[in-house]
Amino acid sequence: MSLLDVEKLSVAFPTRRGVLKALDNISFAIAAGEVLGVVGESGAGKSLTGAAIIGLLERPGQISGGRILFEGKRIDDLPQEEMRRIRGRRIGAIFQDPLTTLNPLYTVGRQLAETMQIHLGISGAEARRRAVGWLAQVGIPAPEERIDSYPHEFSGGMRQRVVIALALCAEPRLVIADEPTTALDVSIQAQIIALLKRLARERGTAVMLITHDMGVIAETADRVAVMYAGRIVELGPVARVIRNPAHPYTEGLMASIPTLEEKRGRLAQIEGAMPRLSAIPPGCPFSPRCPKVFARCTEERPELMLAGGTEAACWLFAPTLAEAAHERRGHG
Amino acid sequence: MADRVPLFEAEHVTRFFDVSRPWLQRVINGEKRRLLRAVDDVSFTIGKGSTLSLVGESGCGKSTMARLAVGLYAPSHGAIRFEGEPIAAARAEARQRRRMNMIFQDPYASLNPRWRVARIIAEPIRAFGLLRGARAIAARVAELLAQVGLQPSDGGKFPHEFSGGQRQRISIARALSSEPEFLVCDEPTSALDVSVQAQILNLMRDLQRRLGLTYLFISHNLAVVRHMSDRLGVMYLGRIVEIGPAEEVFSTPRHPYTRMLLDAIPDLSPDRMMSGRDRTPIAGEVPSPLAPPPGCSFHPRCPLANARCREERPAYTPAGAILVACHAVAEGRLPA
Repeated sequence: MSLLDVEKLSVAFPTRRGVLKALDNISFAIAAGEVLGVVGESGAGKSLTGAAIIGLLERPGQISGGRILFEGKRIDDLPQEEMRRIRGRRIGAIFQDPLTTLNPLYTVGRQLAETMQIHLGISGAEARRRAVGWLAQVGIPAPEERIDSYPHEFSGGMRQRVVIALALCAEPRLVIADEPTTALDVSIQAQIIALLKRLARERGTAVMLITHDMGVIAETADRVAVMYAGRIVELGPVARVIRNPAHPYTEGLMASIPTLEEKRGRLAQIEGAMPRLSAIPPGCPFSPRCPKVFARCTEERPELMLAGGTEAACWLFAPTLAEAAHERRGHG
Repeated sequence: MADRVPLFEAEHVTRFFDVSRPWLQRVINGEKRRLLRAVDDVSFTIGKGSTLSLVGESGCGKSTMARLAVGLYAPSHGAIRFEGEPIAAARAEARQRRRMNMIFQDPYASLNPRWRVARIIAEPIRAFGLLRGARAIAARVAELLAQVGLQPSDGGKFPHEFSGGQRQRISIARALSSEPEFLVCDEPTSALDVSVQAQILNLMRDLQRRLGLTYLFISHNLAVVRHMSDRLGVMYLGRIVEIGPAEEVFSTPRHPYTRMLLDAIPDLSPDRMMSGRDRTPIAGEVPSPLAPPPGCSFHPRCPLANARCREERPAYTPAGAILVACHAVAEGRLPA
């Protein structure tokens, strides 16, 4: 059984000019020890998906459909107080900007120890001892000395390590990491990613890694969900999605990324831009920019369907009528 | 070509910033002045119609160098020349000043939100008096909008009506409106999504070919730089540690920092993905530019550092067509 099951989740923002559907009927699952990458351009709904799962949707956003199961139990309809106990203890979160996560008035040791005392019910002395251990785990040199430092006394990369320690110290089963390395330089980014990967592998923690950087996904994730205009357009094993993408959007996205290989002439580009939430076209949201568009795309919305080694929400992979009839006979 | 003067030239350019605390506090606490050496003895030239990129991590001085290049900062030491003429003199003259322009990173902050796009783009035309009469200016604005892939009717809109990529197109149209030859681009695509980044990079290359533009391109993204550059300079703590033809720097990087940087990048190249190995993280972090290490500033993180690296600052050694500031390269200690 999966650790996290998101089933047909929709998130809506009621506004004066009508309801905006920011997430539209998305489904995916994460198993224990698995790293699921969630990738997409800004406004595609990646961060919103993470926020919905940990119950931190900003008003007026609300879950308007579907459900979220964590360890087999629904968590999307829990009262605030109960959700708060799960958050931190069972589900940890890492955000892009470490400064907003850390309290500037407390030493990092106190923040770590307090988190563990609350969630694990251990004594202060024990919590402090473990806090030193966590700082060492995430690669902070001389943790016995640094434990009494304040967040501002750390550099950006070190601060992000503290945030990771803070997210992991209560030993959650699931970590939601929203752009954990975006604010960092490449050399630090590599250190943080190696750390996250090692912790997932060693502790069997499930990780939902939200990022716009396909390179980070390629190196870290087992599977990847590609989002576009509030929907998942492709979902599959990471190597497959990167090397052999099925959905025309994923294909365009992959081709538009400059690589360190041979210098190419022109980069492939997808014309236009992602639609605004207030103007998502009917049918497939990518249809106005899609080079392979045909009549059905503008009329009927595609759901995820098998497409080679991945699943893609694209009518190109619709079973033909003959196949569908065969399927029905087979099951009937 | 008979004309051997490069379009742009930086010669031993150094720029300090005074980051001392106020005078009274210094006197009370007995502190000294504190100088931050943002750019330290940097030299390079850019030939007409070519692109030189400067790449490095945050705090390496690349953005300061961009500002020095268009004369927004004056160098503390050294000289910056535009067609052989000192940049300050070139900036003082409108005829020369209009030949250089800058594209900034954040297309949300660099456009006046209260002005319509047509006015934003027409401003340099008016300021330099390039065209007279509303009709001629409107026609030129429409032409510029078309050149960057926007509709002439977009001129009547405000910046907030556009997406990030379209705003960057507007910034480029504005930069082109003074008919410049030299453009300094400071991270022009780092605020954009990848599919939009591809559009902007393609546009910049098309414009370079069509208009014969010369670019100083600043970026932290090595893959983007590889795509754009003829020549490449790698910066670390205010110094260029390696500079040469981009292809050669990428194919045979010499400086240990360049090698580590290339190794650290998450990349989608098939051979990288196939190998399934973890990237080699560069150990440690960039030291504070307020207290750069003595000798070679990379030595605390360098696997090849020895006593000489800790004391003596490396001079440039030629290696192929590349110049490298590294004792290990000069002494032949570099592993293949």
